Amino acid sequence: MRKRLSLWAALMLSAAILLLIQALLVPKYMVSSREGALIGEYYANAGNNDVIFIGDCEVYENFSPITLWEEYGITSYIRGSAQQTIWQSYYLLEETFRYETPKVVVFSVLAMKYDTPESTGSQSRREAYNRMTLDTMRLSSAKLGAIQASMTQKEREWEGIYSYLFPLLRYHDRWSQLTEEDITYWLKREPVSDNGYLMQTGVRPMVDAHISPPLADYSFGENSWYYLEKMAALCASHGTRLVLIKAPSLYPVWWWEWDGQIRQFAQENGLTYINMLESLEDIGIDWNTDTYDTGLHLNVSGAEKAASWFGKILAEECGIPDRRQEAEIASLWADKAAVYYDRKQSMTP
Amino acid sequence: MQFTSVSFLLFMAVLLIVYYRVPGELQWTVLLAASGWFYLWAGAEYLGFLLFTILTTYGCTTWMARNNTRREARLAQLPQAEKRACRAAVKGKNRAILALCLSSNFAALFLCKACLTEPLRTMVSGSRVSFLSLGLPLGISFYMFQSMGYVTDVYRETVKAERNPGKLALFTAYFPQLVQGPISRFSQLAPQLLRPHRFDGKQVSFGLQRMLWGYFKKLVIADRIAVAVAALKAPEYTGAAFLVLSVFYAVQIYADFTGGMDIALGLSQALGIVLPENFTRPFFSKNIAVYWRRWHITLGAWMKDYVFYPLSVSAPLRKLSRSARRKFGNFGKRLPVYIASAVTWSVTGIWHGLTPNFLVWGLLNCLVIVVSEELTPLYARFHNRFSFKEKRWYGWFEVLRTFLLMNLIRACDLFPSVMEYFRRTGSLLTAFQPHILWDGTLMQLGLSGLDYGILAAGITLMFTVSLVQEKKGCIRELLWQGGPMVRYALTFALLLTVLLMGNYGIGYQASNFLYNQF
Amino acid sequence: MDRILEILWELHPDVDFETAGHLIDDGILDSFDIVTIASEVDLDYGVTIPAEALTPENFNSARAIYALVERLVKE
Repeated sequence: MRKRLSLWAALMLSAAILLLIQALLVPKYMVSSREGALIGEYYANAGNNDVIFIGDCEVYENFSPITLWEEYGITSYIRGSAQQTIWQSYYLLEETFRYETPKVVVFSVLAMKYDTPESTGSQSRREAYNRMTLDTMRLSSAKLGAIQASMTQKEREWEGIYSYLFPLLRYHDRWSQLTEEDITYWLKREPVSDNGYLMQTGVRPMVDAHISPPLADYSFGENSWYYLEKMAALCASHGTRLVLIKAPSLYPVWWWEWDGQIRQFAQENGLTYINMLESLEDIGIDWNTDTYDTGLHLNVSGAEKAASWFGKILAEECGIPDRRQEAEIASLWADKAAVYYDRKQSMTP
Repeated sequence: MQFTSVSFLLFMAVLLIVYYRVPGELQWTVLLAASGWFYLWAGAEYLGFLLFTILTTYGCTTWMARNNTRREARLAQLPQAEKRACRAAVKGKNRAILALCLSSNFAALFLCKACLTEPLRTMVSGSRVSFLSLGLPLGISFYMFQSMGYVTDVYRETVKAERNPGKLALFTAYFPQLVQGPISRFSQLAPQLLRPHRFDGKQVSFGLQRMLWGYFKKLVIADRIAVAVAALKAPEYTGAAFLVLSVFYAVQIYADFTGGMDIALGLSQALGIVLPENFTRPFFSKNIAVYWRRWHITLGAWMKDYVFYPLSVSAPLRKLSRSARRKFGNFGKRLPVYIASAVTWSVTGIWHGLTPNFLVWGLLNCLVIVVSEELTPLYARFHNRFSFKEKRWYGWFEVLRTFLLMNLIRACDLFPSVMEYFRRTGSLLTAFQPHILWDGTLMQLGLSGLDYGILAAGITLMFTVSLVQEKKGCIRELLWQGGPMVRYALTFALLLTVLLMGNYGIGYQASNFLYNQF
Repeated sequence: MDRILEILWELHPDVDFETAGHLIDDGILDSFDIVTIASEVDLDYGVTIPAEALTPENFNSARAIYALVERLVKE
C-alpha cells in the first residue's frame, strides 16, 4: 500500500514538473507575436455575442467591437488569428457554436485564396501561423479537426498532432531562447485584445498603389469551396445568418474575378456578400491617416470607421438588436470600453 | 513507424499491456500480430520481400526436414554398407534445396538493394549510400541474413525445422530486431519467443530504462553531432579537419547504432526476451581483431559461421593449403586463412552497400588484420626488449591507437568516391593544418557553443557509463541497489534530458537510425 | 592426443593446453587458430572437420578437439 502510494506521488510530481517546464517553454504571445494570444481570449468573453467575426487580420485589425457597441449597442466578438485559413475558420466556428449561437456570423472571404496549407507560403512559416491559431485553442473535437486540417506535409511527417496536444514536444528546445517575457508570463496571461480586436495605433500612409502581377488561374480551390459550403451549412443548421465580407484593405489584392465567384456563390445560397472596397468613400477611409502599414491593414482610426459603417448594415439589414438598455450587458461593455480607451491612450504616441 | 516516433511509444505501451494480459500460450501470437502491424505501418511497400523470405524459408526447411525423416525411415531398413550412400544422397538433395533457397533470397536482396532502392534514393535526395543512409527501410539484410542462417542450420541438422509457419514468421519478423538487428540465431531466439512470459517488474523496468538510455544516445548525441559531420564532408575540410570528422563520425555512428540496439534490446527485455548483445564497448579494444569481436558482434558471428568457416574448410582451399605449405612454408600455412578472410571481408563490405567504398572498406579491415597477424612475431620481439607492455598507460595507448585507426577506416564511407577518401587521408600527412582546431572553424559547422557543451557532457556520460560497465558490470543492477527513490529520480532526470536536449521534432531533420537501412 | 597438443603449442607456445578448458570463451583461440587447427587435422588425420563442427564447444579444450577428431575418424 505504501509502495503504491509513493509510486503515485512520484508520478504526480513528475507530471507536475513536466507541466511546469512546458508552461515555461511555450511561447507566451504577450509581448512578441501578440496575435498568437487572440484565439485563447475568446473563452472568457463567450456567450451573449450577437455577432461573431471570423477570419484573418482582415477582421481582427479592421473592425472595432467597442465602436459597434457604442454606436449601435451591438455585442460582437472577433475570432480572428494571423493568416487564419478557411479550414481553421470553419473549426473555430464549429467551436463557437458550442459556446453560443450568434445571430450573424461575418466571414472574411480573402482566405478563399489559400486552398492547402502548403499553398500559403513556406511550410515553416505556415507552421508558425498554425501554432498561433491552434496553440491557445481549447482541447475539443473541433481543435483536433482543425489540427488535422491545418498540418503541413512536414508537420505530418513529424507527427505534428502529438506536438499540438503536448506542446513540449514542439518547444522542447526553446530553453536556450527564453526571454524576460517567458518568465513574466510563465503562469499568467493578460488580455491583448478588445473582444478579439488587436489595436494598432501607428500611421504609415499609403504612398504608391501596390501592384500585383496577374494570376494564371483565378478560380478558388476545391478545398476552399468545400469549407465555405460547410460554413454555410453549419450556420444554416443553427439558424444563424452568414454574411460574407471583403474587408477594406487594399492589399493583398482582391481580384474582380474572385469577387464574381463569391458574388455568385452568395446569390445561389441566399447569403449576403458585401465588398467593402466598393464603399471606401462612404466609409470614409483616408489612406493618409487610417492605415498603419501603407494600406495592408487599418489602424484604430480606420477600424472605428469600418465598424461604424458596417454596424449600420448589421443593425438595419440584419436586425441585430440594440442592447444598451440591458443593464447587465451595458455595465459589462462599459468596462470593456474603459479598457479600450485606456489601451488607446497608452498606445498613442 | 520509427523507434523515435510518438506513435511507436504508444504502440509499445498498448503492446505491453496486451502482451501481459493474454494467456501465456497466446503471447507469441500477440508478438506476431504486433510485428505484422509494425511492418505494415513502417514499410508496407517492402512487405513482398519479407513474405518471400518467410515463404521460401518455410518451404525449403520443411522440405529438407521431410527428406531427413524419410532418410531415417530408410536407414532403419538398410544394411550397414549402404547407409553411407543413403546419407550422402539425402545430403546432396538437401544441399540443392539450400542452394536454391540461398540463391533466390540473395537475388531478391540484390534486386531490392541494387535496382529498387539505391538508384531511387540517389534520384530523390542526391545522397549516396553510407553507413548513415542506405536505401532500404526496415533492414531487409538483417532479417534475411538471420533467416538464411536458420536455413543453413536446418541443412546442417543443428536445429529442427519449425513446422508452424506462424512461428517461423515471428522468428523472421520479430519487430524489435527487424529494423537494425541484432541478427539472432534460431536456436537462441525461437524458444524464447514461443515460451510464455510472466510479468516481471524488474525486467520490464530494466528494459524501459535501457530504451531511455538508447534514446539519449540517439537523440541527444548522434542526431546533434550529425549536423557537424554533414558539414565537415565539404571538400575544403582536409588534414586536421578530416581527423575531427573521423572522430565525430565515430561518435555519431556509435551513439546511433548502439542507441538503436539499446532500444531494440531494451524493448525486447521488457517483453521478457533476451536478444544477443551487438556491442560490448568496442572502443576499449586494444587491437582491430578484438574490435571486430566487440563491434556489430552478431554480424561478425554470422559471417564467421556461414562464410569464413565453410570457406576455410572447403575443398579448394584445403587443396590450396596443402600446396602452399610445400611452396611457402609457414606463410603458406596461413595463406588459405587470409584468402578466406579477404572473401569474408568483401562480403561484409558488400553487405553494407553495393558501392566500391564498402568493398575498399572491407578489404582495408582485412589488410590491417592480416598485417598485424604477420607482424605478431615482430611485436613479440619488440615487447621482449622493452617492458612496458603490462603498463597501464600502454594499454590506453593501444586503445587510442585502435580507435583512431578504426576511425580512419570507417571514414571510407563518408565520401562519394574512393579517390576522395584517399585524398583526405593523404592530407593528414601533407597538409595537417592544426590551426583549424582553434581558429573558429569548428563554430561554423552548424553547432553552437551550447551544442558542443551538451555533446561534451553527453559523451563524458557515455564514456563514464562504459567504463563502469567495463569494471563493475550492469549499471541498472547497481542503480537497483540504490533503492526506488534514487532509481526513479535518475530515470526521470534522464527522461527530462532526452525531452529537452534531444534533437527531434519539426525543427530538426533528425536522421534515420544509421543502420536501419541495410 | 599428443599430436593435438603439439598443434596447439605451435600456435600459442605459452598456454597450458593440458588443463585449459575455455580456450574460445577466454579468447585464447581465435577464428584464425581454429581454421589452422582444422587444416592441420586434415593433414595429419585425413579427416575434414565440417563447418558446422567449428563451434566453441568443440574447441574449448584440447580434450574436446581430440574427441571431435576421434568422432570424425570413426565416421
